[in-house]
Amino acid sequence: MTATAPRVRETAKAQKPRAPRRRALGIDRRPGFLTYGILIALFVGGAYPLWWSFVAGSSSSSVLSSTWPPLLPGGQFWTNVAQVLDTVPFWLALGNSIIVSSVITLSVVAFSTLAGYAFAKLRFRGREGLMVFVIATLAVPTQLGIIPLFMVMKQFGWTGTLGAVIIPTLVTAFGVFFMRQYLVDVIPEELIEAARMDGANMIRTFWHVGVPAARPAMAILGLFTFMTAWTDYLWPLLVVPQNPTLQVALSQLQSAKYVDYSIVLTGAVMATIPLLILFVLAGRQLVSGIMAGAVKG
Amino acid sequence: MRNGRIRGPAPGEIMTTVTTPPAAGATGSPSGADRRPGRPDRRDRDSRALTFRQKLNRFDVKASPYFYIAPFFVLFGLVGLFPLVYTFVVSLNKWNLLTGPGEWIGFGNYVAELNDPFFWNSLFNTVSIFLLSAIPQLLAAVFIAAILDQNIRGKTFWRMSVLIPYVVTPVAVTLIFSSAFDEKYGLINNLLQSFHLSPINWKTETFPAHVAIASMVNWRWTGYNALILLAAMQAVPRDIHESAALDGAGSFRRFFSITLPSIRPTMIFVIITATIGGLQIFTEPKLFNPSSAVPGGPQRQYQTTVLYLWDMAFNRQNFGKASAIAWLLFLIIVIFGVLNFLISRRIASTEGRLHKKRTAKRLARYQSGGGANGGNSTSGDRSDSADAIEGELAIAAAAEEKRA
Repeated sequence: MTATAPRVRETAKAQKPRAPRRRALGIDRRPGFLTYGILIALFVGGAYPLWWSFVAGSSSSSVLSSTWPPLLPGGQFWTNVAQVLDTVPFWLALGNSIIVSSVITLSVVAFSTLAGYAFAKLRFRGREGLMVFVIATLAVPTQLGIIPLFMVMKQFGWTGTLGAVIIPTLVTAFGVFFMRQYLVDVIPEELIEAARMDGANMIRTFWHVGVPAARPAMAILGLFTFMTAWTDYLWPLLVVPQNPTLQVALSQLQSAKYVDYSIVLTGAVMATIPLLILFVLAGRQLVSGIMAGAVKG
Repeated sequence: MRNGRIRGPAPGEIMTTVTTPPAAGATGSPSGADRRPGRPDRRDRDSRALTFRQKLNRFDVKASPYFYIAPFFVLFGLVGLFPLVYTFVVSLNKWNLLTGPGEWIGFGNYVAELNDPFFWNSLFNTVSIFLLSAIPQLLAAVFIAAILDQNIRGKTFWRMSVLIPYVVTPVAVTLIFSSAFDEKYGLINNLLQSFHLSPINWKTETFPAHVAIASMVNWRWTGYNALILLAAMQAVPRDIHESAALDGAGSFRRFFSITLPSIRPTMIFVIITATIGGLQIFTEPKLFNPSSAVPGGPQRQYQTTVLYLWDMAFNRQNFGKASAIAWLLFLIIVIFGVLNFLISRRIASTEGRLHKKRTAKRLARYQSGGGANGGNSTSGDRSDSADAIEGELAIAAAAEEKRA
């Protein structure tokens, strides 16, 4: 996206006669109502389940069994919120999720940038072989190692602590690969050479040349790492059921014998709000991150 | 071997030339004009003349890269590799969650699992849900990407709008859809009934349950994949579209003859990631039906393999068998991955002919750069070595083409 947007604008400016011809040929023509109709349908399809859970979560559960679903929220939202707060330790879980996701994000971004910089810009024996190893591990489903990890956590008495959630995800092969792909094009060799000639040692060069250049990719990697850590469910469910993260607490809402869906849906809405805020603040970066990752990867 | 061939002057040598001007003259002169017979090698002379600072500097240059990548490898070894290997060890024993390791039974757990109908049932459910989610999802994602690829107004807004489901976590998605698919009071059965259709047993019948679970995956991921495919579509040069249009190709023809072939590698990427994720599906079937005592439905109608593994390990407390399941699933994922790779390479090699010229040119440039590294300037050498991986790829590609 970042690459194509300026290009389109350039062609429009530099080659003025071309644009009308393209339009006459049917390329780059403004699409008709059908396209916007489909786009609106997609928007509704994406947003409606969320809206519906808000509607259902703000009504009493009897409304849910009516034939036609209500379109507007009822007045019970805060009552239901209070009940969610009674049933599960929501604030504790929210705090836990924030701590876990933040620590994982910082660690993954720091270690990935360091390793990605080395793979992209430094020369050392075995570089290619080690990089192939990193790429190969991308395809390894590490989730399948939960049994020994659980045994280790239990052995050390870490179950129930946030450390048990954090430690297994401190690094990812994807992060290293992503940073390497980004940095290999972005830093000119001359810049590193110049820093070295000015007497900077290796780590100073990394800090003053590598990190500033890596910043955009670090932001994207951080965003996605945060999302992944936030949505993780299987592992936290195993190690911290009593000291839950948000996803675990949320799932506990429906483990009761009688499932009150209006309460459950209120919980789902409450748990989605933090990520919705993130989406409003950084949705643009999410979009360009996904699109950039596609071209690179 | 490989390194020796592609290596230019090592960074350490370059640095010595920078920090010690007198030595620079000697290093820089290409011929042996000042080299008298019996005189020690250049390298030896340098190391004798090194000060402590220079030694430190050389150590810094040589060792730093390893320090930078070490955290990844150490941590990956501890939390990625070691657990996988140890899972294998556990799988060869009778091993209980509470009582610990029992007797060594070799591949007994594997034999038991391969004869267990529940294992095959879980595998069937996993693959069925995976296919029900992957195929419609890919088709829908291509369609959405094609819609977004037009010259629409408010691009960013529409792109963001297809990403809304992605910010709802799988647990929340499952809770929402689980209530919508409720058999008695669910939104969907209510709607069916208001159209005088008979309600569907979403949570007790196998196929409807698979459809319901696949719909959760589809809802969350289609927009995300559409954006990946959109990026690939945007990378297709507009000029190709233009010349095709000049030749009279309509927009449908252009889509099938230009857009689809160009995004094929990206589609393969999407399929591979969907496979690795789809075969490990856990959250959705786990939380789909809270009133079922058995995880994955009263008759295990939608118990996927990871859910079966979880049940085996933490409900039935049989770590040995659970580890065997983990390894079997690991092998299946690897097989799927290799199949994906082979198919995609097949497709890629038909496209490869187009790139042949470019590859050959790159190969020539790379060989001349790496082979005769004496004559090149420092900066030239450096960029050539930076291309090393690309050069290796080019050689591999060329070898591939020769064999074909």
